[in-house]
Amino acid sequence: MRFPTPFQTVGPFFSLLLSSERYCALLRKEQTPGQAVSVKGTIHDGVGQPVTDALIEIWQANSSGCCNHPEDPRTKEPNGTFGGFDRAHTDDRGSFVVETIKPGRVPGPNGKMQAPHLLLSLFARGLLTRLVTRIYFDDESSNTDDPILALVTPNRRPTLIATSVVPGSYRFEVVLQGPGETVFFNV
Amino acid sequence: MEDSKVQLNRYQNRLASHDPPNNSPKYRATTNRHPKQPLVIIPQTLSEVTGPVYDYGQIEPTDSDLTCQHPAEPIGERIIVSGRLLDTEDRPIPNSLVEIWQANAAGRYAHRRDTHSAPLDRNFSGAGRMLTDKNGHFRFITIKPGAYPWDNHVNAWRPAHIHFSVFGQSFLTRLVTQMYFPNDPLLEFDPIFNAIEDNQSRQSLIAAFDLELTEPGWALGYRFDIVLRGRHATATGL
Ligand SMILES: [Fe+3]
Repeated sequence: MRFPTPFQTVGPFFSLLLSSERYCALLRKEQTPGQAVSVKGTIHDGVGQPVTDALIEIWQANSSGCCNHPEDPRTKEPNGTFGGFDRAHTDDRGSFVVETIKPGRVPGPNGKMQAPHLLLSLFARGLLTRLVTRIYFDDESSNTDDPILALVTPNRRPTLIATSVVPGSYRFEVVLQGPGETVFFNV
Repeated sequence: MEDSKVQLNRYQNRLASHDPPNNSPKYRATTNRHPKQPLVIIPQTLSEVTGPVYDYGQIEPTDSDLTCQHPAEPIGERIIVSGRLLDTEDRPIPNSLVEIWQANAAGRYAHRRDTHSAPLDRNFSGAGRMLTDKNGHFRFITIKPGAYPWDNHVNAWRPAHIHFSVFGQSFLTRLVTQMYFPNDPLLEFDPIFNAIEDNQSRQSLIAAFDLELTEPGWALGYRFDIVLRGRHATATGL
């Protein structure tokens, strides 16, 4: 039995790593089935300053709720048109945009179906570990019986739900600290 | 439905003492960025035990040799950094993406936000990537990065380090960390390294000089193993 290697901060200079687009943009392609959606996110710190040096990563199911991974028994082979992963860094206003398709419903605890959601990982200077949260969609009626949202106190649930601006376009505010602090998960 | 027959091997929890707390006042940038509410504990679902594992292609041999990405060799001490990607049960993690990035030999990143006055090296970009082999091995050729100053406190210097990013086999195994060098006098003053409470965990971030990895007349070798969360032995229903 070994100890897991500890996290360290991603620091301010990681975007070298992202300069090649090879491991980004594995989400929506022209031929990907599903409803095209874009989520514009913004990250602020505890004193309202935009976090302009964050790395964000998305992991999600496809439009049928299948994950592109050998352990999803419904996924027979890698899906070349939809990787399910994306990576971006925030701009000088602390914003990022995810262009993807709305995921289907993924089975959750005890086989209970989860509402459509994206997993969001967040790394930044000043964060010594990764923060994990979820992005749900405000126009999904299944949110009311999602087994994960049910574990969050009702007054904090809105921090996990992207709000529809125009059809197919959502906004998602991440607050790292203080009033309106986003719910982060220990999973 | 057929999903109810599916069993998941869930991942072991990471212990708080093994990771640095996000609230680490000596690392000043954590002050306004660490969440103050406790993390909400949720069960692992199919969403989390899956993750980006497929070979998305287009990795070139030069991606793991940071000394041959330009017409001439970079300035600095050529080194080999090699190790294994494992889980806590000592099982190798094959075919998994490992990425590194680092400052040049003078302690300067090829990044627009790095304002350190040390010189840039036109022959060094400082980024590499490769997939682990079937035994979990990775091997990079690079130059030893320099220490660099930062604005955390008066006379603050980061010890020489290489940033590592690894994915492992699921969303839950994702890790971003830093590798340090043995006998670096700056380590004892570094609030990022020292934010880790557990000494054994801290020491695990320091690579070991390894004469067997060292290539005669050419480059010193450093060994750095990376250990990701393991899984529980028994599967439970979805
Ligand atoms: Fe650094």
